[in-house]
Amino acid sequence: MSDAGRPKIRLRGLRKAFGPKQVLDGVDLDIRAGHSMVILGGSGSGKSVTLKCILGLIEPDAGLIEVDGRDLSKLSRAEREAVNDRIGMLFQNGALFDSLPVWENVCFKLLAQNRITRRAARDKAAEVLEQVGLAPSVGDLSPSELSGGMQKRVGLARAIAAEPDIIFFDEPTTGLDPIMGAVIDGLILDCVKRLGATAVSITHDMASARRIGDDAAMIHKGRIVWTGAAARLGDTGNAMVDQFARGEREGPIQMELRR
Amino acid sequence: MDRILDPVAAIGRVAIGILRGTGAVALFATAAVLHLFRPPFHARLFLRAFAEIGWFSLPVVALTAVFTGMVLALQSYTGFARFNAEGAVANVVVLSITRELGPVLAGLMVAGRIGAAFAAEIGTMRVTDQIDALSTLSTNPMKYLVTPRLLAGTIAMPLLVVVADILGVMGGWLIGTQQLGFSSGAYLKATMDFLQVWDVISGLIKAAVFGFVVTLMGCWFGYTSGGGAQGVGRATTSAVVASSILILATDYVLTAVMFSR
Repeated sequence: MSDAGRPKIRLRGLRKAFGPKQVLDGVDLDIRAGHSMVILGGSGSGKSVTLKCILGLIEPDAGLIEVDGRDLSKLSRAEREAVNDRIGMLFQNGALFDSLPVWENVCFKLLAQNRITRRAARDKAAEVLEQVGLAPSVGDLSPSELSGGMQKRVGLARAIAAEPDIIFFDEPTTGLDPIMGAVIDGLILDCVKRLGATAVSITHDMASARRIGDDAAMIHKGRIVWTGAAARLGDTGNAMVDQFARGEREGPIQMELRR
Repeated sequence: MDRILDPVAAIGRVAIGILRGTGAVALFATAAVLHLFRPPFHARLFLRAFAEIGWFSLPVVALTAVFTGMVLALQSYTGFARFNAEGAVANVVVLSITRELGPVLAGLMVAGRIGAAFAAEIGTMRVTDQIDALSTLSTNPMKYLVTPRLLAGTIAMPLLVVVADILGVMGGWLIGTQQLGFSSGAYLKATMDFLQVWDVISGLIKAAVFGFVVTLMGCWFGYTSGGGAQGVGRATTSAVVASSILILATDYVLTAVMFSR
């Protein structure tokens, strides 16, 4: 297949169990290069585990993960690290290093890769912080001095500072008020567009999914049950997706109160 | 029949659990040590851990050593007076401090301070996804979090024990000269006459091992913690308890190896 038609990330038959619990039960998904994919699903449906499998943080039990047509399981450690070097990640709670000032958090990857001196990193951090709407002076603060919204912005700055070509967003608007959520979504859109990156977001915030997604996929009980355009969410014709998008209690998805 | 075998199965499960845990810790330690020989090296993190272990533990180790030396002098004087052997007080103090009490008590104090601090810090990083974040930022978490701490612990502890040895002996000297009637010169001469280089060296070897054990336990329990705040609390307690027990156990083994004839 030519590069133009090949998905940036391709998952086939991805399976992962934790003890008796089958979290991923054969995930098949194509993520188009330069597009923004939103993966929807309830709590415990396997969204985060899917992302962690792609990042190599969790080893899948079976299945194929391809990035740019390369099977990640067949790469050497160095090749795998090279793939990860091109991926940025915004964690749900920011996951900022509280022992380091904000500027060092933002340029952590560049410093780790020796691509920049510490002096230059301060200037670079100020530049990236401005891109996410924060004053350069924020760079000298500790993460514990920031509000939740500011921590998300710093997390976003850290994810984009090394100019990755794939960016993962784990619940980017969770815990934020609706206005701040919209602001973060706007920043995500701007950053992804500016970098020309492929974005994968996992969320259960439907407003956010429609704003930041080109494509959407719904995961339920460890399987992808629907894929399509994010703009169609709420009116997909798929009973599960529509129930989830409208937040209806009655429907094919029944919440398990006890596992 | 099953019921009869239940206790046996329980013992088997515990034994397998202990073996599995020991193996996992050994692999963890090996991986951390191997990172010492592969760049990049995080000198800044090593220095930070070194200051945390060596410099900031100094007051508590110093106080422990001084009081231990003072108590040793008092107790040994009381005991030896019954055999008219009061002159041996200086020898007992210096041998006890350098061979045993200096490294063991400093190790236990550092276990309380550093084992707990490392487990809490790394455990919090684990439950707040900071360790996963390191992996996504082109940084090996083991190399970044564990290796510099292990190296710092192994180097800083012997230096702490040198200070503890000196202050412990000075504590004995203080009591000996101010309360027990020894002359300063005679006490110090008795101390130096009976002290051999190996007494000090053996204590420093123990200290290096204890430093490794304490930092390893702090890092291991922090790195493998889970279950939110409660999990971090459990990791912290486990790190201190395991460090303390391992210090006493390895002290016996090292003493048996170094001083058995």
